[in-house]
Amino acid sequence: MMSRTLRRIAPQLVTLAVLAALISVVFPGFLEISVSDGRLVGPVIDILKRGATVALLAIGMTLVIATRGIDLSVGATIAITGAVAAWSISNGLGLAGALSLAIAVGLVAGLWNGVLVAIIGIQPIVATLILMTAGRGVAQLITEGRILTFSHDGLAFLGSGDVLGIPVPALLWPVTGIAVALLMRRTALGLLIEAIGINRRASALAGINARLLLIAVYMTSGLCAALAGIITAADIRGADANNAGLWLELDAILAVVIGGNSLMGGRFSVAASLFGAMIIQTIDTGILLAGFPSEYNLVIKAALVVAILVLQSPRLASTWIYWGMRLRNRRAADAARIREAGE
Amino acid sequence: MKRLLTMTVATLALGGAAASAQTVGFSQIGSESGWRAAETTLTQQQAEERGIDLRFSDAQQRQENQIAAIRSFIAQGVDAILLAPVVATGWDSVLEEAQEAEIPVVLLDRMVDSDPSLYLTAVGSDLVHEGEVAGQWLVDTVAGEDCRVVELQGTTGSSPAIDRANGFRAAIEGHDNIEIVRSQTGNFTRTEGKEVMESFLQAENGGADICALYAHNDDMAIGAIQAIEEAGLAPGSDILVVSIDAVPDIFLAMSEGKANATVELTPNMAGPAFDALDAYWNDGTMPPNFIQTESRLYTQSDDPMAEYEARRDLGY
Amino acid sequence: MLLTITELSKSFPGTRALDGVDFDLAAGEVHALLGENGAGKSTLIKCLTGAYQRDAGEILLDGQPIHPRSTSEAQELGIGTVYQEVNLLPNLSVAQNLTFGREPMRFGMTRGRAMRAEARETLKDYGLDIDVGRDLGSYSVAVQQIVAIARAVQLSGKVLILDEPTASLDAEEVRMIFDVVRALRDRGLGIIFVSHFLDQVFELTDRLTVLRNGRRIATERTAGINRMQLIEHMLGHELEEVEKKARRSAPGVPSDRPEMLRFAGLGRRGEVEPFDLTVRVGEVIGLAGLLGSGRTESAELMFGAKTAQTGGASDADGTVAIDNPRNAIAAGFGFAPEDRKTEGIVADLSVRENIVLALQASRGWARPIPRAEQNRLADMFIARLDIRTSDAEKAVGDLSGGNQQKVVLARWLAMNPRFLILDEPTRGIDVGAHAEILRLIQEITAEGMSIVVISSELEELIAVSDRVIVVRDRRHVAELTGSDIESETIVLWIAAPDAQDGRAA
Repeated sequence: MMSRTLRRIAPQLVTLAVLAALISVVFPGFLEISVSDGRLVGPVIDILKRGATVALLAIGMTLVIATRGIDLSVGATIAITGAVAAWSISNGLGLAGALSLAIAVGLVAGLWNGVLVAIIGIQPIVATLILMTAGRGVAQLITEGRILTFSHDGLAFLGSGDVLGIPVPALLWPVTGIAVALLMRRTALGLLIEAIGINRRASALAGINARLLLIAVYMTSGLCAALAGIITAADIRGADANNAGLWLELDAILAVVIGGNSLMGGRFSVAASLFGAMIIQTIDTGILLAGFPSEYNLVIKAALVVAILVLQSPRLASTWIYWGMRLRNRRAADAARIREAGE
Repeated sequence: MKRLLTMTVATLALGGAAASAQTVGFSQIGSESGWRAAETTLTQQQAEERGIDLRFSDAQQRQENQIAAIRSFIAQGVDAILLAPVVATGWDSVLEEAQEAEIPVVLLDRMVDSDPSLYLTAVGSDLVHEGEVAGQWLVDTVAGEDCRVVELQGTTGSSPAIDRANGFRAAIEGHDNIEIVRSQTGNFTRTEGKEVMESFLQAENGGADICALYAHNDDMAIGAIQAIEEAGLAPGSDILVVSIDAVPDIFLAMSEGKANATVELTPNMAGPAFDALDAYWNDGTMPPNFIQTESRLYTQSDDPMAEYEARRDLGY
Repeated sequence: MLLTITELSKSFPGTRALDGVDFDLAAGEVHALLGENGAGKSTLIKCLTGAYQRDAGEILLDGQPIHPRSTSEAQELGIGTVYQEVNLLPNLSVAQNLTFGREPMRFGMTRGRAMRAEARETLKDYGLDIDVGRDLGSYSVAVQQIVAIARAVQLSGKVLILDEPTASLDAEEVRMIFDVVRALRDRGLGIIFVSHFLDQVFELTDRLTVLRNGRRIATERTAGINRMQLIEHMLGHELEEVEKKARRSAPGVPSDRPEMLRFAGLGRRGEVEPFDLTVRVGEVIGLAGLLGSGRTESAELMFGAKTAQTGGASDADGTVAIDNPRNAIAAGFGFAPEDRKTEGIVADLSVRENIVLALQASRGWARPIPRAEQNRLADMFIARLDIRTSDAEKAVGDLSGGNQQKVVLARWLAMNPRFLILDEPTRGIDVGAHAEILRLIQEITAEGMSIVVISSELEELIAVSDRVIVVRDRRHVAELTGSDIESETIVLWIAAPDAQDGRAA
């Protein structure tokens, strides 16, 4: 079991190692971690912390993509839930109130997407596009168009605090990821989600409640976006409806793809998507540390992403395996037929 | 010639009526940022103070909405039109219509590519000058001591990012003690300002090698201030912080000693615009083609808490 | 002969889609190609149009051997095809569609006027006088169909293949198409007409060829065969005597067995008229009928795959909810659908996962079947049903059709259902697996399970069924028991209303 998981995420681990080596060339102290004021400090820690939003989104996005869907609304959901958290904390609802309200709003956003996809039957890309475009407007209504700042140490702790020297966001995504991965694999959810992603009609005829599962999956994505929204707002002690989570849905999708998950749905690995998210953040942080002029940022990122996708290319690899197997099967079938003919 | 004629007619028609309430139409781009919301609020306040009847129209980022609004203002026969244009081109015909109706148009904040004879004047800030003011402050403050500066740029390729970078460089030119050691885009946002500042701190010996931060807007500076604090350094003393815009939150940071200076991009474009219009209505005084707003420098000694209070309700 | 096909063979993994088929087509002839689903019609056509490469055999066009490797190559050779779904571009004009790819040009620009004039001229030959400048999509399907025919004839000009061209047309439109087809025949084209509307075959065609299980069963002059003979050819009965001997030693005396389920007045508009059906313990009920008769729709209503508008099900304990598959499964039902690939298997999942899928779904997500139990179930069914796979973790999509079908059966057997519906359980699978599945049906009914089998193969139905229900024109028209379960009676019921004529002739 363990070795299978390891084999699944091996390409991502190799990619991370290669990236680390590359960045170490242009920035020698890349892998150094020191302790300052009881906190761990170093580029690697920054990556674990800064990659938290995309990693959280990638958890939900992995499940949505496994059902052959896509959730474009997560960036906007970050803006809404961040705004809700900031609004509630500055209106005296307290930490528990603000967190539960923000999470509830994230779940409602997921419910909306899920109902559009599973019950009304709108294509996922269209259904979630609605909230993607409208959501930021909702967030702006909450913040009244400005950056809604707050000063509440409890909430700020979630963005910039640390536990045992490790930044809270750097702890939040692995915990969420492990929880979701265990939930998927220790129950039958993973199998059922994969089944509806591969063949929804056959799954429904086998008695799987595809609608309910789809709604649950989009709600999970909304929940992950809410967590990302909370730490985004907590990080800067304010909710910026215009910019929070902007275009992050695309980074999340990219993380899932770099994680070797197929956009056509089916088999998925949450762990691989999380490593995908870390790969993206390693590139981002590496570019910042390298000190190139900012005009080159996107070009370098694009070149690296293309190189990674081509080189590790899980689809390419599986295509080779598939054709290899087809060839073997065919030879076996031919041999069988020749035997039959001979008899 | 035509302009002269217009002016004369306008003077004849309106000169006597200057005392009674004037009606001004204002076509605003939208409410995409706190600064623009403040501009709208201040324009309304300024109009109220002067007893001007302001007709407000929000174009929601669409030029066709603005053109429709201007036509409607012309039809209503307003006395002047304020226009914050969403794009630079495509205004000729509607501006000509206003001219034919003898209604003066004043551009706010952004420029258009049309012939200057088609509008009365334009009120705006000089982005390069803003960078110069920030740079000059740093030159004066470090007073010859060596200073390694990190720069948080605006969105790559945007004109504020280019102009504010150039202005700052022009001001520190010839002061070899000041050196920009790292420069990256923070996209004008708090989150990216914080993230990029974290990487600057990592790259520059935990921040020990950084003397000052220059941010192209206050929001990035506010994000960066948090990164500096979280790295265990004191923003405002260990690392000097200078930025541009003068939004309320930067005054809060200044009052806590975490930011040192900001250059104001005033949202009060309407004040100078109304001044120019009053003069024009009264005796036909032609304003200059471009009225540059003041790029005022605020430091910790300017009672930042009061400035914060004065700005907090403007809609930033 | 214009077109001569000899000994054409084509295999796919696990099935032999065409097995030494002969076929010929004369110039100035309309030749019908008939057969149930999976008989090999579409494979034959795809070999002709270059979509498939044949394994063996020869195709002669005008006496010259041809090897089309793509549809465009087939077109250049003179073979054009028109499908049920018009595959032209609805948002281009009629003229553009007609001349697409070979527009009249001058100075590198298309000449709209010349193009339209040419298109008008062309369509006049087809009795169509329409505005060729309008979008194709603004015209009826029949007109679009004629434009498609005109285009195919222009491009090819020797052989025209019409694949179910009338399936979505009303009577008047069908007449329009027929006039066009007759005109083309008179111009000397050879036309292959594929349809499952037997009336149209009799009305239009000169000769017909029947395929079944990839073999050619018969080629006859249409005028020399009656409806009943044709259906016998399509559904087959030559093996009847052999099969009868193989029949269950104790043919059921259904009325003696305890009743298990009763469907009353089950119906849905446009799918199947309300029908009653009583299912007894351990009984096999065959549903006989042609494709599109309402046999699959009956099964879908019984399983809740489509919700019935009228009627319901009941058993000894009262009403049984069958409004959706989950309720039907909870009531002990199972359904192996006709289209195995799109409705049966979950291709990328392993054999093991496919087998436990329904069981897991009924237990709910929170109670996963322990892996050891999954392995036990998978190994047990792989052994019991003789599923040929390297191991239980292989993806089902990589298995042959027969083994996929066995996996779907295993999925339901793992549920230990009381009522199983098998829609074409042996379609497209090889002879060996075919016999095994029939044996399995007998085995599981011996354990008390009741089964409804839908099949296009009469001898198969006759071999396994205790009772046969005949479905025609979306109605259950007859229930045959005992000695009535023989092919002539079944064919007679399927062929009605003109069955009496058929018998007289």
